[in-house]
Amino acid sequence: MMEALIQTDLASVLTNEETAAIDAELEHVPYKSGAAIDALKIVQSKRGWISDECLTAISKHLEMSVDELEGIATFYNLIYRKPVGEKVILFCDSVSCWICGCEDAKEKVSKVLNIGYGETTADNKYTLLPVPCLGACDRAPVMMVGDELITNLDDAKIEATFSQSLLSEDY
Amino acid sequence: MPKVLVDGQPIEVNEGENLLEACLNAGLDLPYFCWHPAMGSVGSCRQCAVVQYQSDEDTNGRIVMGCMTEVKEGARFSLETENAVQFREAIIESLMLNHPHDCPVCSEGGECHLQDMTVMVGHRDRRYTGKKNTHRNQYLGPLINHEMNRCITCYRCERFYKDYAGGKDFGAQASRDRVFFGRQTDGVLESEFSGNLVEVCPTGVFTDKPFLAHYSRKWDLQSAPSICTGCGVGCNTAPGERYGRLKRIHNRYNYDINGYFICDRGRFGAGYVNNKERIDYAGLREVDGSYSAIRHENALATAGQWLNDKRVVGIGSPRASLESNFLLKHWLGPANFSSGLSDAEGPGMKQLIKVLSTTKANVPSVRQMQSADAILILGEDVANTAPRISLALRQAVRNKSFSMAEEAGIPEWQDAAVRNLGQDELSPLIIVTSSESRLDNIASHIYSLSPDAIADFGFSLAARLDGSDIEDEMVCGVADILSQASRPLVVSGIGSFSPDILSSAAKVADSLSNLNKKAMLSLCVSESNSMGVAMLSDEHTLSLASVMEQLDDIDTLVILENDLSRRLDRSALQKLSESKVNIIALDVIENSTLNRASMVLPAASFAESEGSLVNFEGRAQRYFPVFEPARDRLPSWHWLIKLASLDNDNKLSALACFDDVVSLLADSDKKWEEIVKVAPGQTFRDRGQKIPRQTHRYSGRTAMNASVSVHEPPQPKDNETALAYSMEGLNRDQPSTLSPYVWSPGWNSNHSVQKFQSKVDGQHKNQTPGIILISSNQNGFGESVSYERTGALEANNWTLIPIACIHGSEELSSYTKEIAELSGNAFIAISEDAANALGVLDGDGLQVIGGSAEISLEVRVVDRMAEGCVGYSVGYEETLSLAPGQTVRLAKDASWIRSKPHLIATDGASEASLGESLYV
Repeated sequence: MMEALIQTDLASVLTNEETAAIDAELEHVPYKSGAAIDALKIVQSKRGWISDECLTAISKHLEMSVDELEGIATFYNLIYRKPVGEKVILFCDSVSCWICGCEDAKEKVSKVLNIGYGETTADNKYTLLPVPCLGACDRAPVMMVGDELITNLDDAKIEATFSQSLLSEDY
Repeated sequence: MPKVLVDGQPIEVNEGENLLEACLNAGLDLPYFCWHPAMGSVGSCRQCAVVQYQSDEDTNGRIVMGCMTEVKEGARFSLETENAVQFREAIIESLMLNHPHDCPVCSEGGECHLQDMTVMVGHRDRRYTGKKNTHRNQYLGPLINHEMNRCITCYRCERFYKDYAGGKDFGAQASRDRVFFGRQTDGVLESEFSGNLVEVCPTGVFTDKPFLAHYSRKWDLQSAPSICTGCGVGCNTAPGERYGRLKRIHNRYNYDINGYFICDRGRFGAGYVNNKERIDYAGLREVDGSYSAIRHENALATAGQWLNDKRVVGIGSPRASLESNFLLKHWLGPANFSSGLSDAEGPGMKQLIKVLSTTKANVPSVRQMQSADAILILGEDVANTAPRISLALRQAVRNKSFSMAEEAGIPEWQDAAVRNLGQDELSPLIIVTSSESRLDNIASHIYSLSPDAIADFGFSLAARLDGSDIEDEMVCGVADILSQASRPLVVSGIGSFSPDILSSAAKVADSLSNLNKKAMLSLCVSESNSMGVAMLSDEHTLSLASVMEQLDDIDTLVILENDLSRRLDRSALQKLSESKVNIIALDVIENSTLNRASMVLPAASFAESEGSLVNFEGRAQRYFPVFEPARDRLPSWHWLIKLASLDNDNKLSALACFDDVVSLLADSDKKWEEIVKVAPGQTFRDRGQKIPRQTHRYSGRTAMNASVSVHEPPQPKDNETALAYSMEGLNRDQPSTLSPYVWSPGWNSNHSVQKFQSKVDGQHKNQTPGIILISSNQNGFGESVSYERTGALEANNWTLIPIACIHGSEELSSYTKEIAELSGNAFIAISEDAANALGVLDGDGLQVIGGSAEISLEVRVVDRMAEGCVGYSVGYEETLSLAPGQTVRLAKDASWIRSKPHLIATDGASEASLGESLYV
């Protein structure tokens, strides 16, 4: 009985929408496992992160072992195997941004949101992560908040970006 | 041979090899990690860096990786130039950043490749003072210990486990300096070759868990060359002993058979040697059925009364040495000897020997099987009955990608490139068996047929290959594949207990040989000396059934290392228990046959005695005692000489030592003539000395028993073999069959094996790979086939097929704690359709009713099962009353209590949260 229960649960982990999107990716690859990264991205885009249950369900769908898929999921920095906030802040700490004073900007972000690297705000809105480069060195220092690139960071810009959050009582 | 210049010295190299191999062949010490002779190069560790010069004018050169550089005539390299030396030291230093300084408490210490390489590059002082990375270790089952902090990310474990052995539940995770090798979650490693991680890992990430529990350093182990007794393949092993305890088993390189790898049954299954249930002293059964230990002189005196002027019948054993079986037969006479094979197996073995003596095909060694470019498996679950062969077949299917690589100009050792090119292109592997097998995932064609149908298929296939007009699509398809192959291999065996399948395999191999001189036929046998005891059998040899029939006319029965409860049905066992016959049973460990015996004699195990075993090819090999048998234990051959000497007909009393027994065997029949050449006799000396079992650093010998007595005990003398219980002597270039362990200056780990090879991955320098005793007359099996087929079965009648389990089916290994833990419950294997029809799920209970048997077994739903068949786990206590081919009925057992899933320590929390009620 127990196995049966677990199996049904796994099958229902992925939504029809997710399964359809993964199946669409499968059209383009010669081996099912070739769609592993895309499948992880699809599920992550809906849920924010990849839980153990999702990992197992995706691996079953792609006919690969969960151990193999874990190897892929953990290899990439931007596949999250732990819950993250609603928006992930990718803060560039690479050379150009460092020259332009990203360390101060990072301190400001940390102070405003009260989190360090790898942490999530108490209201679950933001997770702060370092990233090696965002390809916008001409406008350094930069960070991405969700899908939005914010350039030429200074205290004012940072405050403005998070002003909504600042108003809330959690900060 | 091309020549290259290394530091100004010309060295001869083999065409197509890489520079690392060339350097090792030339005896140069070039450090490496990720390269492995059986797994090739990936160039990931950067340790074997050398400088290559582009031309004669080039004085700077550039750094290249030795393992990734193909040698070309005239190429110029330097190992010793400052650049290369510094680079290699820097690599070790970087690996050492996160490697703990725990050598003194690490079980790899003293046989650690990382230690050796660190010393080799001269890196002594650590400059890094920062914090080291730490990882959480995983529980990987009872066999393998995980200590991830020691990892140097050479990726060899993953390459062995996944790429070489086909495991799925293990791999590399994360990236950069956080790389982790393990499973997705804690749990038992599923691969039957997981134990090789212990030897494949260059440092102490994966270590031998049972060894760890009773640990000794490699240099403190006393070792002897041995042969695995786990199955009929005959892998070579190097068991190590200290304090009278068998500590561990390592692989012992044999070019033809096991190479660098053995299965987990072989590596971990000998723990029974230390089992408390071992027999220490002779025992005599009292009137009330209890046993009293007696001095062996008294036992022999009593035995004398049972032997003189009496009809004595001997029952041999497929797990006892050839010499012991031979002595039993020679002493009591051919008409009073039974091979001890079950009546299901006996006729099959007879057939198997007939096939091997007549086949037109070549009978390959395990190594040769790897060259096959198309494989047909007929009715044998190789992964469970002969695991090492299945590992060879996994390599053989890669021949397709090797030929693709050859076309593309990629050398075979370029592992990553060859795999990338080949992807999942595999040579054809056609599996025709009754049930699922672990090789299914690399098979090109899978057919599930009943044993009878497998034989039918084989006969039709042979006829088709002979040119008959057969229209069956399956037969024609397989015939086309096999006839197009240049080195086709047919694998079958005794596993289905069907002589017909063997005949059909013989027919297919003969037909293939008519088309192709390179066709191969390999037949698996079930136990370590099934072949030997079957070869000893002749037309006078009694079957077990006839012994049981004659029981009333027999005064005394001598049972040699054989638990008859595994081979006789219940009524016969009952008859044996009730009969008045005196039973003298020799065995190593408590079992239900000993409980029926009038007298028990304590036999030495394989680790405490010498003997020969004949493997599936008919290759005789010798194992040697690792340590002296304790207490009153004696090798069985020795007991038999003592017993025979009591007999009035005193023809064995002239035998003074083991070599005399071997000579007598050699003289007894033409087929045994060569047996004296299997290994050098006890008079062999290497430069005037015996071969030492102990390393020259063996420590504390005189202090080992100081807790008992401060008087230094004399070392035991070995009068039977060319090995000594000593540190004195050389372990260098003696015949490989006398090689107890590998060690070479600067090479303390098992990588020192390359110093014993004639070339990298080549034969042993002084190769003595055993003697093949069966040669074929090449006339072909030729028997016309007529046999009866059982008609269609009635509703809910099923044919039982035996399912061998790597852990659990073999007798002696299942007396090992760790193996018993992995064996799980006895089971009945059914298809999903059958499960639906019977209304059961995996883990439920089914009543199995048929013949004298009425038992309940756990249900295992399998991916595939032949129509009308159900499988049962062979060799389990619960299934001993079932027989292959038997017809049974099945019914759901409503009172069955499902067993809880195996829990591991970290599951404690989830167990509590799930609650007990779910599992009741």
